[in-house]
Amino acid sequence: MSLTMPVPDGAVIEGRADLLAHLARLLPADAVIGADSALAAYECDALTAYVQRPLAVVLPRTTEEVARVLRACLERGVRVVPRGAGTSLSGGALPLADGIVLSLARFNRILDIDLDNRCITAQPGVTNLALTKAVEADGFFYAPDPSSQIACTIGGNVAENSGGVHCLKYGLTTHNLLGLEIVLMDGTVARIGGGKTLDAPGYDLLGVVTGSEGLLGVVTEVTVRLTPAPQGIGALLAGFATVEAAGEAVAAIVGAGIVPAGIEMMDNLAINAAEDFCAPGYPRDAAALLIVELDGPAGEVEAQMDRVSAILADHGATSQKRTRDAAERLGFWAGRKAAFPAVGRISPDYLCMDGTIPRARLPEVLGRIASLSADYGLRCANVFHAGDGNLHPLILYDANVDDELARAEAFGADILRTCVAVGGVLTGEHGVGIEKRDLMGEMFDDTDLAVQQRLKCAFDPKGLLNPGKVFPVLHACVELGRLKVSGGKLRFADLPRF
Amino acid sequence: MERLAPRSTADVAAIVADCTARGHRLNVIGAGTRAGLGHPVTADAVLDLGAFAGIESYEPGEQIITLGPATPLAELDAVLTDSGQRLAFDPPDTGPLFGEAPGLGTIGGAVAANLAGPARPRAGAARDHLLGIEAVSGRGEVFKAGGRVVKNVTGYDLPKLLAGSFGTLAVMTRLTLRLGGRPPGTVTAALLDIAPAEAGHLMQRIAGSGLEPVAIAYLPAEVAVRERHPLAAAALLVRFEGPASALPERLADLQRLVGTAAPVEAIEGPDSDDTWAAVRDVAGLLPDGERALWRLSLPPAAGCGVAMDLTAALPGLRWFADWAGARLWLAVPAGADAAAETVRAAARAAGGHALLFRAPLTVKARVPVFEPPAAGVGAIERSLRAAFDPAGILNPGKMGPA
Repeated sequence: MSLTMPVPDGAVIEGRADLLAHLARLLPADAVIGADSALAAYECDALTAYVQRPLAVVLPRTTEEVARVLRACLERGVRVVPRGAGTSLSGGALPLADGIVLSLARFNRILDIDLDNRCITAQPGVTNLALTKAVEADGFFYAPDPSSQIACTIGGNVAENSGGVHCLKYGLTTHNLLGLEIVLMDGTVARIGGGKTLDAPGYDLLGVVTGSEGLLGVVTEVTVRLTPAPQGIGALLAGFATVEAAGEAVAAIVGAGIVPAGIEMMDNLAINAAEDFCAPGYPRDAAALLIVELDGPAGEVEAQMDRVSAILADHGATSQKRTRDAAERLGFWAGRKAAFPAVGRISPDYLCMDGTIPRARLPEVLGRIASLSADYGLRCANVFHAGDGNLHPLILYDANVDDELARAEAFGADILRTCVAVGGVLTGEHGVGIEKRDLMGEMFDDTDLAVQQRLKCAFDPKGLLNPGKVFPVLHACVELGRLKVSGGKLRFADLPRF
Repeated sequence: MERLAPRSTADVAAIVADCTARGHRLNVIGAGTRAGLGHPVTADAVLDLGAFAGIESYEPGEQIITLGPATPLAELDAVLTDSGQRLAFDPPDTGPLFGEAPGLGTIGGAVAANLAGPARPRAGAARDHLLGIEAVSGRGEVFKAGGRVVKNVTGYDLPKLLAGSFGTLAVMTRLTLRLGGRPPGTVTAALLDIAPAEAGHLMQRIAGSGLEPVAIAYLPAEVAVRERHPLAAAALLVRFEGPASALPERLADLQRLVGTAAPVEAIEGPDSDDTWAAVRDVAGLLPDGERALWRLSLPPAAGCGVAMDLTAALPGLRWFADWAGARLWLAVPAGADAAAETVRAAARAAGGHALLFRAPLTVKARVPVFEPPAAGVGAIERSLRAAFDPAGILNPGKMGPA
């Protein structure tokens, strides 16, 4: 992918020393990083194929400091890239040559645990897993659980509307959020959402800021709902001779009105990579593997496991295991959770894709991926959140071989085009970022994108917050805001009127 | 008033573009059954979306439906029931609250008002089920957003922004919604003769347990014994769903959880469904004389306390709590201002807010229906309105002074 970022502003780059001096006056001494060696740590996120050193990194500790930094950057026309833990797989935190990185790493405190109201308020730099750790002894957990949950931050989860293996039953970040404090580019501090209530007055700003990839505001406080820990958890593991049969089993389970906590699928390459890596006891000869997790009241879990087991058998499962034992269940998951490092072991590099498709199109899309794999001469291991049709094809390549990265990216783009063509979308939970930015035209026309960019303009009229992400072409807000008037002639004269 | 009845999205776009150019204001309606919700609209013409009714595609296997916004909820419900599915957010039939016949409301109205029934804490509201839209902005341009799958972060979540915007940002012409499966079994547990303070605590214990209640409500005696609530006394209600074989165990678990507070009585079958339909539709507070109806959003543990404080402060108040206390419905004598200051102060003090759901126009002329926006938020809302509808022609005044 030849990635075009916004043309750097030469004057801003020229004024770097002055900017650093100004930031140093606004923030405590240890909160501004300008040394080249220290900036290196921030030059990419988890989409490591792209790197860019920023002008500076700031590490504010308070909302007021964030507001001060943003106001100063607005005055000087300096672009700002917000960053949580830097685990974005779509390049959401890729720095800009003429911008600063605003790290929320020091916003790392849990502020309020309110078990009676089943919610927790934390600063955005707290990790996803830390929220659950803070309340699990009291019988609660924070439901969205992206694979990176030990490292990724709740602020980043808000920015990307992260999911995880359990969102089939418990929803995505957006369904579990109650309120946010955000700071706009002009330094305005706004509380959006309901605080500890389920809905808020006025427009659903909470809904629109969630998943906005750091383009609308900087999140400085997050209140999320807590879910009572389930009484019982069970899991089933089944092998299938064909991907089609496994896909049909998934559709049958969901269609039966059963809402599993999660349904995951792995293809043969992923199964064998996992077996080689950590020997979780998967059937090596299976074309597809399903892991179905059920949780809830103890009696119900048992009843639902019986139903699921019967459905798996009906759809031709070649092997089946089931368990209510925690250690054994974690064993089922070990290979799935280690899928990325397992694939990393059999290939020097890989690209992780993230399309979503209607469940029924799974066999067809897998067939297409297989033929693309042959065309591009690159292997592809498939793991999915099968219950909600969210695919994570892992394209294996070697960055040291001439054109393999370019081929891998072209392969990935073709997979995402296929997802859109069958009625799906470019990204289920990783975000558009820079990775899928130039594919937005596959899903949206110019008008669709103009409407979205006008929303951005309402929050950030100068376009200084994380520009170059999400939208393939940047338009000035003034140009987008112009109202096109077409003469005022009646063009609907034949309409029924009463 | 002139009534425009477009037949296609292109018609809507042409009308809106023209009206924007001329500054003609439009009152956008589906069936018009929720006209009483919000402020009255000041408009030059009615944009009647009645032709945008009907199901365009329904894929039970994907649990997805695409349909026109004027599709009646009753018709939709019948189609979904045939396939063992439902709208999990269970939108209320608000018609009777505004003096209309029941069963006329549309899906578009439910989405535009972001309605939700008793299952809201677990199942979400309309906003959480609206996956994709086609709409016409106030600029007269046709756009789409979202998609036809649940897991989607491609672009801004404009469906959420339009849900609950009361038609003030864009005219929705096509909706894609996610569906839920109907459970194989359901039962309601009733705990009778519980006092409000105790109910407030018990509801949190139940909601915080691993019993997975689908809905939790509390009806004080004077509401519980009214028409459509044939309960003998104040009742704490808990709804469970699941395989029929697993339901008795849930009732037993609930009894263990609440101990000696009250015996758990089971309400089964159609009686269970009727009870929750009455809670959903606020049937216990149906209009009787000049009463105003408030809808409060509160931290759940605060709900019953706020209700008790307001009962002491406002003679003639009747109330009940849904969502384990997170939603409070209050009926008060309308008077000049529906006791707005007292109600809003109590909601705010508890960390919540209040919406004046129904009131005579004389009251609405003095009292904002929607809670005034918090600091910083009002300016964003005005900018958004200007971005989507620069001439301010879509439902002007519906959510307050434009």
